[in-house]
Amino acid sequence: MIQKSSEALSRRAFLGMAGAATGMMVLASSCSKNDDDNMMNNGVDLGSGDVGILNYAYALEQLEAAFYTRVAQSPYNGISASENALLTDIRDHEIAHREFFKSALAGAAISNLEFDFSAVDFSSRASVLATAKAFEDLGVSAYNGAGKLIVTPDYLTLAGKIVSVEARHAAYIRDLISNGSFADNTVVDMNGLDTSRMPADVLAVAAGFIKTKINASNLPR
Amino acid sequence: MEFQHIINEIKKVDPEMPERLSDRRTAMKSFAGIGAKIGLAALPFFIGSIFKKAYAQAGPSQNVVLDVLNYALTLEYLEAEFYAMGIAKGTALVPAGAPAAAIKTIGDHEAAHVQFLKTAITASGGTPVAKPTFDFTAGGTFANVFSDYATFLAVAQTFEDTGVRAYKGRAAEITKGGDLLTAALNIHSVEARHAAHIRTMRKANGFGDVKPWITGKESGIGSVVQASYDGEELSTQAGINIVNINGAMISASAATEAFDEGLTKEQVLAIVGPFIVQ
Repeated sequence: MIQKSSEALSRRAFLGMAGAATGMMVLASSCSKNDDDNMMNNGVDLGSGDVGILNYAYALEQLEAAFYTRVAQSPYNGISASENALLTDIRDHEIAHREFFKSALAGAAISNLEFDFSAVDFSSRASVLATAKAFEDLGVSAYNGAGKLIVTPDYLTLAGKIVSVEARHAAYIRDLISNGSFADNTVVDMNGLDTSRMPADVLAVAAGFIKTKINASNLPR
Repeated sequence: MEFQHIINEIKKVDPEMPERLSDRRTAMKSFAGIGAKIGLAALPFFIGSIFKKAYAQAGPSQNVVLDVLNYALTLEYLEAEFYAMGIAKGTALVPAGAPAAAIKTIGDHEAAHVQFLKTAITASGGTPVAKPTFDFTAGGTFANVFSDYATFLAVAQTFEDTGVRAYKGRAAEITKGGDLLTAALNIHSVEARHAAHIRTMRKANGFGDVKPWITGKESGIGSVVQASYDGEELSTQAGINIVNINGAMISASAATEAFDEGLTKEQVLAIVGPFIVQ
C-alpha cells in the first residue's frame, strides 16, 4: 500500500510519461481465448512477492523459448543463412533465460506451460517475424513494467541483465521486418522512453498463445 | 481547498495514510491556517516534505535518486552531443538514406532523454548537472571520429553498449523507486535497441564482425574500447552456470550473449573520462 500510493504521488508529479502502447492489442484480439482449463480451478498460481514476479518472467520466457524452438525446427521459406543463425541465437538465449528461472526458482517454480501457436504460419517469414516482434516488444515492456514491483535489489539487477537482451532481439527482429524500425514511435514515446506494461496487461496479450490458465491474482501491483 | 482534495485522493489508494502521518497530526489539523500563512505557491514544497518523510521507507532516498539521475544525464549529454555533431557533418560522414535516418532517430532519442532527465531531476527537487565540454576524439585516440564513418560507428557502438551497462549497473540502487525506476528502465531498453542497430550497421558495412548482442567480451573494435566490454563474458548468473544449463545445449557464447552485464559508476566514469574535457 505504501508503495502504491507513493507511485500515485510521483505519477502526479511527473510529466505524462505513461506511454501506452497499442500495437499488441490487435494481436491479442485476433487470438481466441482459451477456456478449456477454466473449469474448477484458477489455473497455475504464479505466487506473490518477488517469487511471483520471477515466475511471471519464467512464464514469458517459456513462451518465447517454445516459439523460437518451433522457428528453429522448421525455418520459414526463404530464410537466409544469417537470419537462421541469429534466430537460432535468440532461441538459445530464451532457453537460457527459461532454464535460469527454473533453476533459480527451484521448488517455487511453476510447472511447464502449454502453448498454442496455431495462429502462426511457421512457413511464412512475415507471420514468424510479426509474432517474434510482438513477443520481444511484449517481453521488453513486461520487464520494464515489473521492475518497480521487485523488492530485492539483486533480482532487479537480474531482470535488467535480461531485458536489454530482449530489447536487442526486438531491435533486430524489427529491422528484419523493416530496416530502421528498431526503436520507432510505436514503442518509443516522445520522451525517448520505451514501453512498459503491468503484468495483467502483458498476460492478457500472452493468453492468446498460452493454453495453460495462469493465475496472476497474487502478484504485487 | 485543493490540498484537501489531494489528501482525499491519497486516502483512496492508501486508507492508512492519516496514521502514517500521525506524528504530524498537529500539522494536519491546522492545514487551513498554514495554507493561509505560507501561501498557495509554497504549498507543493511543504506537502512534498511531509510525504517524503512519511513514505521514506517506500523506496530510495532522494539523494540516491538524484545522484543516479544526474549520472544518467551526464551520459545522455555525451550521447546527444555526439550524434548532433555527427549529423551536422551531413553525408560527408553518414550516408544518406537508411543510415542517416537511423542516426537521426537515435540522436533524437538521446536529446529527448536529456530533456526528460532534466525535467525529472527538477521535479524531484534536484538541480540538473551542467553539460560538460566534450572531446569526442578522446585526446586524439579517435582523431577521425567525425570524418570517418567506421570510426563514428565504432564510437557510437561503444557509447550505446556502455550506456546500457551504466543504467543496468545502478538500477539496484533505485529499487522500489516507483515511476522513476520505470522511466530509467524505459531509457535503458531504448539504449539497448540503439546498440543492436548500430552493431547491425557495423556488420553490414564490414566494419566489425559483431551481432546485435554481445558475445563474450568481444567489441569487434579493438583493445582501445575493451574496458566497455570487460565483464560481459560472465556465464554464471546468481551462482547458476548457464552453459548447457539443465541439459539444454547452451554454448558458452550463447550463455554470455543471453545476459548483459552492468558496470559500476567508477568503471563508467573511467571509460567516459577521456571524452570529457571538463
